[in-house]
Amino acid sequence: MTAPPLLDIKNLTVEFATRRGAVQAVKSIDVSVAKGETVAIVGESGSGKSVTSYAVVRILDRAGRVAEGSISFSGMDLVTATERQMRDLRGREISMIFQNPRAALNPIRKVGKQIEDVLLEHVQATRATAREKAIEALTKVKIARPEERYDAYPFELSGGMCQRVVIALALACQPQLLIADEPTTGLDVTTQKAVMDLIVELTRERGMSTILITHDLGLAAAYCDKVVVMEKGKVVETASAADIFRNPQHPYTRKLMQATPRIGMSLADLLPDAPKGPPAQAAAPRPAPSPDAEPLMRVENLVKEYPRPETGAFFAKLMGKAEEPKSAFRAVDSISFTVAKGETLGLVGESGCGKSTTSMMITRLIDPSGGKIIFDGTDIGAIPAKQFAASAHRRRIQMVFQDPTDSLNPRFTAERAIADPIMRMGTISGRDALRARCEELARLVGLPVELIDRFPHQLSGGQKARVGIARAIALDPDLVILDEPTAALDVSVQAVVLNLLEELKGRLGMSYLFVSHDLNVVRLLCDRVIVMKTGAIVEQGTAEQVLGNPQAEYTKELLTAIPHPPL
Amino acid sequence: MLKMIGQRLMTTIPSVIGVIIVTFLLTRVLPGDTAAYFAGPAASPQAIIEIRSKLGLDQPLPVQFVSYVTALVKGDLGQSLTTGQPVTKDLAARLPASAELTLAGLILAMAVALPLGVLAAVRQGSWIDHLCRVVATAGVSLPVFFTGLLLVYVFYFILGWSPAPLGRLDVFASEPARITGLYLVDSLLAGDVTTFRAAFAQLILPALTLAIFSLAPITRMTRASMLAVLGADFVRTARASGLSNRKVIGTYAFRNAMLPVVTTLGMVFSFLLGANVLVEKVFAWPGVGSYAVEALIASDYAPIQGFVLTMAVMYVALNLMIDVLYGVIDPRVRLEG
Repeated sequence: MTAPPLLDIKNLTVEFATRRGAVQAVKSIDVSVAKGETVAIVGESGSGKSVTSYAVVRILDRAGRVAEGSISFSGMDLVTATERQMRDLRGREISMIFQNPRAALNPIRKVGKQIEDVLLEHVQATRATAREKAIEALTKVKIARPEERYDAYPFELSGGMCQRVVIALALACQPQLLIADEPTTGLDVTTQKAVMDLIVELTRERGMSTILITHDLGLAAAYCDKVVVMEKGKVVETASAADIFRNPQHPYTRKLMQATPRIGMSLADLLPDAPKGPPAQAAAPRPAPSPDAEPLMRVENLVKEYPRPETGAFFAKLMGKAEEPKSAFRAVDSISFTVAKGETLGLVGESGCGKSTTSMMITRLIDPSGGKIIFDGTDIGAIPAKQFAASAHRRRIQMVFQDPTDSLNPRFTAERAIADPIMRMGTISGRDALRARCEELARLVGLPVELIDRFPHQLSGGQKARVGIARAIALDPDLVILDEPTAALDVSVQAVVLNLLEELKGRLGMSYLFVSHDLNVVRLLCDRVIVMKTGAIVEQGTAEQVLGNPQAEYTKELLTAIPHPPL
Repeated sequence: MLKMIGQRLMTTIPSVIGVIIVTFLLTRVLPGDTAAYFAGPAASPQAIIEIRSKLGLDQPLPVQFVSYVTALVKGDLGQSLTTGQPVTKDLAARLPASAELTLAGLILAMAVALPLGVLAAVRQGSWIDHLCRVVATAGVSLPVFFTGLLLVYVFYFILGWSPAPLGRLDVFASEPARITGLYLVDSLLAGDVTTFRAAFAQLILPALTLAIFSLAPITRMTRASMLAVLGADFVRTARASGLSNRKVIGTYAFRNAMLPVVTTLGMVFSFLLGANVLVEKVFAWPGVGSYAVEALIASDYAPIQGFVLTMAVMYVALNLMIDVLYGVIDPRVRLEG
């Protein structure tokens, strides 16, 4: 163990110039990565984990600068290196993979050309051999039919495929260090597993070192040797992956671990031992909904079809040779299920399985192509989506959206956002009564009342999520559709929001339809679960049955793909 | 690609038909009586009626429209009463003058605006960025006739560097043999350097006037679009892979940033066609703009209809070109074609 580390960050401080003076995003941290080692940097948003990696490759944006400390890579100081030296290093010795792979690729350049650019820049290929080498790089990341993919544009590839291209790009020049910044965020669990396995396989094969930046402790535990935990720009704990999960030392690490949903725990277990601030009381054990009672909603043979895009239809019609009409694409293929009163039904599946389409039909934002949605005795599927807003049922079905920021009007204060549905459909009128109701709702969702005059950009992610929930429950709905309500939140915030949802359900007697791809969260919150794949239901039953003892192959596949912290 | 162009052409048919109807109606509701104007102030009512019936203006509107369209199908735009020539011939003679002026102005503007915008974005907050802002603001806030007169005053009257602003060539030079109708191109094709110089000297001031006017939108759009692209994830990837600055900015950022700029260019070209009218007046440029204005004053229907129709067809062609260009730059557009 006397060999010097490949990358040694000492006492690193990174500052950003802002209008309110310099802000330290990273405060004198020490991180070292040995040759062939895989290190995870874990932390919640704003912890400075990405900034650290950008400082290493020196691609901080113009406002940021290294204020103090040293970064040495194979004995070379990266802080004082010239831009020219850095450019040689980037891509050849140190490579990066980013989150959101589709955006990380040039949208209007063939992916093969993009790999060639890197090869040519670092003189790893000549113009004559570039194409061949690029195809070789694509083959290494196990892309099927690499010769064809060479000519593909990023928009023609799936998210997982794009991430493979990004990996091929990063590894094309055989670097010694790979920095992966949230490489699988936004990808489905099975794709995540495939991508992570690929990264680990390729880096092991070549004896490369890897830094994995992630917010997901499970991922860090499953794939890394060493874990560095960061909080607010500081490293709070560094330990081997096995140790840190068995015996976390720092309170923040413990808090993070606790907030990560795992098997065999209840919702309340997610919260820190001494809950601070508003509600967050543990939910009472839920009474099982009685099976004989008439369900709140019954969905029968629901179908949504989209016509396939026709090519040259206008011309063809004009020339009198209409093409054979192609069969429509079935996004949702005849599914049936029920939601009982007071029940939480989980709807899980990977992207493109039709779960969002289903939730949009039930919310009556789009019209189904067939089937019935019987809500409290009325077939609301028969009411056209355009007229549903005027229907009396609109009030009773509300929605909480995925992105708490994007789903709030940036020019509305929190109060105005919460009041919006009341002003449109509620019975309360008069400014004072409205204000009182908004304050009541804010208290109900644990949003400090003094914050309700703020605009969305003045609120934190968790506070915005609370505003979204307050808006959804403002009209005392019977059914709330939760579309991945915590996907954009940090785990500790997610823990609080999930508990809040559970508590509200008990108190207000609502039913939830919880749409998610996160099976651990579904396990905690839902009574029953439906698993969807390519528009059809592959399995349904109670949460324990489906997730504890899955019958369908697909469910098993989903469950094994989740990385688990060793606990 | 050809199929896309074909489809696009089809969709333009209704708009061309619309333009034909609207221009026809508009010219009829304009105040002023063509017959009275041409009969002269001393004409008797009898003479005016005679002229009116000779021109077919006493017919009901639908009949007039049918005869207009019938002639149009044969490529006949009617006869100008002011010049006494067929409108097609007049337009054919004057269109190249306008085209040469507009294109020269646009190319000049692009040559300055694109590099300026890119540099302003790359060195955000530097002196180049401020220069870019000043140039753009000044250019757009000066009306073209004012810039035109100012340039004439400085470069012709005070400095004496440029020739008198009297048309496309000075009186002593002879027109080059007509091939494209653009003097600069024709004189070069004929190998006639003297004429090229003379034409260039005449062209530079009016083209500059138009360029100053169109600088602002192109520069601002290039800058904004470059800034957005430079902040994009794929530029970060390109940087993190160690690509050279030239490659990152030239190949990765600039081509992506061009998409909105191309759209702006199309719009600017349309503005310029309109701004032409004033510039042509100031520089006594024998283009279609001044021709149309004169016809309008005289309530001379045929040239106005011909002018508007020509412009409409040019817009359509221009938009088609931009769509095709879009497809060349962006593969995602090609797919939808």
